[in-house]
Amino acid sequence: MRGHMKLGIKQLTAGYINGQFSPKAVTEQALKDAKNLKTLNAFACLAPEQALQQAEDSTERYAQQKPIGGLDGITIAIKDNFCTSNLPTTCASRMLKDFVPPYDATVADRLRAAGAILLGKTNMDQFAMGAGTVDSIYGPTKNIWSEDLSQDNWRIAGGSSGGSASAVAAGLCYAAIGSDTGGSTRNPASYCGVIGLKPTYGLCSRHGLIPLVNSMDVPGIVTRSISDSVEILNAVAGPDHLDSTTIQKSFKRLQLPEVDQIDLRSLRIGIPKEYHCEGLTAEVLETWTKVADLLECAGAHVQQVSLPNTASSIFVYSILNQCEVASNMARYDGIEYGHRSEDERSTEQLYAQSRAEGFNQVVKTRILTGNFLLLRKNYEHYFEKALRVRRLIADDFAKVFKPSATEHKVDILLTPTTLSDAPLYKDFASLSNRDQCAVQDFCTQPANMAGIPAVSLPVRLSKAGLPLSLQLMSNHLNEQLLLTVARWIEAQVEFDCLESLEKHVARD
Amino acid sequence: MGSYVIVRRLATQPKLAKAPKRKWKSVVGLEVHAQIASASKLFSGSGTAFGAPLNTAVAYFDASIPGTLPVLNRKCVESGIKTALALGCRVNEVSMFDRKHYFYADLPNGYQITQQRAALANSGLMTFPVITPGKKVYYKSVNLLQLQLEQDSGKSLHDEHLKRSLVDLNRAGLPLMELVFAPDLETGEEAASLVKELMLILKRLQTCSCKMEEGAMRVDANISIHKEGDPFGVRTEVKNIGSVRSISQAISYEINRQLELVAEGGVVTNETRSWDAENRRTIAMRDKEVLQDYRFMPEPNLPPLHVNLKPGSSSTNDLISVAALSKEIPELPEHTRQRLMEHYKLNAETAIILVNEPVLLDHFVNITKSLVGVPTKLVTNFLINDLLTYCNKLSLDIEDCAISASALKDVLKSLHAEQINLQAARQLIQLLHNNPTSDVSQLIGEHNLEQICDMSTIEAYCQQAMVNQPKAVQQYQKGKSKALFAIVGEVAKLSAQKANMKLVVNCLEKLLKTQK
Repeated sequence: MRGHMKLGIKQLTAGYINGQFSPKAVTEQALKDAKNLKTLNAFACLAPEQALQQAEDSTERYAQQKPIGGLDGITIAIKDNFCTSNLPTTCASRMLKDFVPPYDATVADRLRAAGAILLGKTNMDQFAMGAGTVDSIYGPTKNIWSEDLSQDNWRIAGGSSGGSASAVAAGLCYAAIGSDTGGSTRNPASYCGVIGLKPTYGLCSRHGLIPLVNSMDVPGIVTRSISDSVEILNAVAGPDHLDSTTIQKSFKRLQLPEVDQIDLRSLRIGIPKEYHCEGLTAEVLETWTKVADLLECAGAHVQQVSLPNTASSIFVYSILNQCEVASNMARYDGIEYGHRSEDERSTEQLYAQSRAEGFNQVVKTRILTGNFLLLRKNYEHYFEKALRVRRLIADDFAKVFKPSATEHKVDILLTPTTLSDAPLYKDFASLSNRDQCAVQDFCTQPANMAGIPAVSLPVRLSKAGLPLSLQLMSNHLNEQLLLTVARWIEAQVEFDCLESLEKHVARD
Repeated sequence: MGSYVIVRRLATQPKLAKAPKRKWKSVVGLEVHAQIASASKLFSGSGTAFGAPLNTAVAYFDASIPGTLPVLNRKCVESGIKTALALGCRVNEVSMFDRKHYFYADLPNGYQITQQRAALANSGLMTFPVITPGKKVYYKSVNLLQLQLEQDSGKSLHDEHLKRSLVDLNRAGLPLMELVFAPDLETGEEAASLVKELMLILKRLQTCSCKMEEGAMRVDANISIHKEGDPFGVRTEVKNIGSVRSISQAISYEINRQLELVAEGGVVTNETRSWDAENRRTIAMRDKEVLQDYRFMPEPNLPPLHVNLKPGSSSTNDLISVAALSKEIPELPEHTRQRLMEHYKLNAETAIILVNEPVLLDHFVNITKSLVGVPTKLVTNFLINDLLTYCNKLSLDIEDCAISASALKDVLKSLHAEQINLQAARQLIQLLHNNPTSDVSQLIGEHNLEQICDMSTIEAYCQQAMVNQPKAVQQYQKGKSKALFAIVGEVAKLSAQKANMKLVVNCLEKLLKTQK
């Protein structure tokens, strides 16, 4: 176990400044660890040469006492659906197997500008369609908390940003960027025992994020601590003229109070009863109750609230997702880039064959369904209706966050992230992709429907020794309060994100 | 209405068993794609220059590189709004963008971003003069149903020999305004006149170059025929019309084709036809699909487009004021025509021709301003009958004629002062065209173009002409006054077109009278 891994970003950069550590040594170690933990399959591709070059540059900057930003020398990883120039960006699909983007996603660009060192691209479900990181051309990603990694009964990392969560949980990097459309960052963070932040829609640029559902996608942040999340968010958030859906208001950097300065007495916490749903395990329910009690004991007002349209989310999500997928995938024809079939008998044949070869069954099914739902005769009945129900779901949140004559508003909603601890791969794989997503995303999807910020944080271990996490949600752009409360809980529960790694190292 | 007339006739004239023949009516509707004059594309920063080397004006977004997003070009929105205002549209406070899906190699995204549900503007009205050769000018009004912004597609090039398709994406993403007109037209001439007027308006607004030969304006026509009183017939769509003249020809051809088809007992089918300008006919295009379902969907990467409709408002960084843009709208062609007719007492035809040719209009205004006392009729006649005719004869665009307004002014000045005659003036046009920098008075001297006004010289010419044309002299003296023209013509010939014809006529009349 490397001592520096226990540190937060701020502590590590302080160590760089005073010469206790060097970016070069940290990066070399990270690349070595990544190789040693190859069995996790967290990375779609590593970029050792680029990373080492960046590390050397960073080391040089520290030597001259001129670090370029708050993340100078911090090792990170980025999900393989964010474009990175000179590094393949494949979405874990054969369709983009050899695709090297000519540009950097805004998120990647800003992280680089802040001095972060990119170790590589992380594994995911093909085009982010999944909740397990099991549908990838690189094979599934494993959860470091698994009782046994060598056998077939390992645990899934969750998904679709499983590679990002797995890499952070295994101490391979300090932070990783994921994407979150229906829970794709929070879900694997929950299973892997790390922090998964889904910022407000429009706070972080999607430019360069290969879209799944444009109206719900947000870049997600995976770290081992809330303060590290804040560091990353501060580096990547804010308006971007290349993404017209970013919030135009300039971003005010978050600064969280010290834990002992956090006063919860004026805080109102809502417990939405609909999240007490079918399939919720006793352990998660118990964790949920425990944290609610903790908050109440600290003076917060905890009350039950209702978000009556929660259960509709799965259906709405399914329709909107498949429609946008059908549209977004239309560009993959093998003409300008991506997989091109040998079959050039006709343009139509070339398209059909390239797409047949390039996409997996999950992608194909969604494309077909989406196109069916978008047909003129179906549009109103499915797509428009789904948009209306989406509005109802968003209104549910708006109501609880807004004071009314009869009820107090709540500031924060506390819910489970996932319904259980990480499933075994063999159990998970026995379900269809559709069923996997429907169960996995139940608690996380609604935040994407409404565009509100949410964070998943690990609380304790299950009987099987796996992380159990909870989710906090708040109103639009309320990241400051959301993360303040999360930080308070984090300090109370004292979850050790790297415990699994220590066990793992000890075992071998 | 029609059937009512028939019933009444049947009632009063029971012997008339046959219903009176109802006239065939033709219905024409136009859809115009006008490329917005702009330095960059509708949703990307790449350039828009016509004729750039293949695939060099292509931003990552234009090539649909994954992860790229559309960013709306403000200038294009402003141009769209200006055009909408000039065409009397209602500009919508909120408009939206949609994706229209179809697979084609030159459509990299697999969809086109357009405005289907909520367009930039609706409900306009265009009133324009219709010029039909040999008929009196009349005005026609057409409803503009919708004006929407959309992106252009790329271009496919098919190499039949190599059996390969090549794609040029320079055009992909160019900004277009699509103008959908109601089927309020009846003939090809009306359609051509509408497009001509539209071009004049867009050029004045500088929102489109209107160069059809560069594809900057493309016209599709929907054409159907029906019997008076019946509902509209099945329509065909004619695409690929490449010039204003072709619009009139293609539509006239298509109307006649349909009439003949029906007369032979055939049925018009709903199809897309292409105008073959070389053979002057429409030909059926291979139908892409029986029914295209474009699977429209809102474009999720572009927020709804809001504009400020408040009167007196001004534009800000993120909100365009329609009121502020309306102040930038220049005088429109119809207003100019009215002004020409009122201020210069020109007739409608003359005003229309001048407005149709902005260069002539400029010349006219400049010349009349600086030449006081010269009748406007002399100026317009010279510009239209002589200058324009000269250019037409050479198939020269008047805009490419280098003769300056000041040179034309000098010619007219001499013409008005009777220093030269019309023949000499025409000769000067030619001389000036070949040598635009030369001085008019110098040219008159060098080429000996001065009009002969000396009475004794003229009388000598007249005497000689009467000798040369004894037959005409005889006829004239027998009372056939038209015979005078032959003698006048003879004088013109003898004097190398230089004699002052007014003086010649006077002189001849006098001589012929005294000789009698």
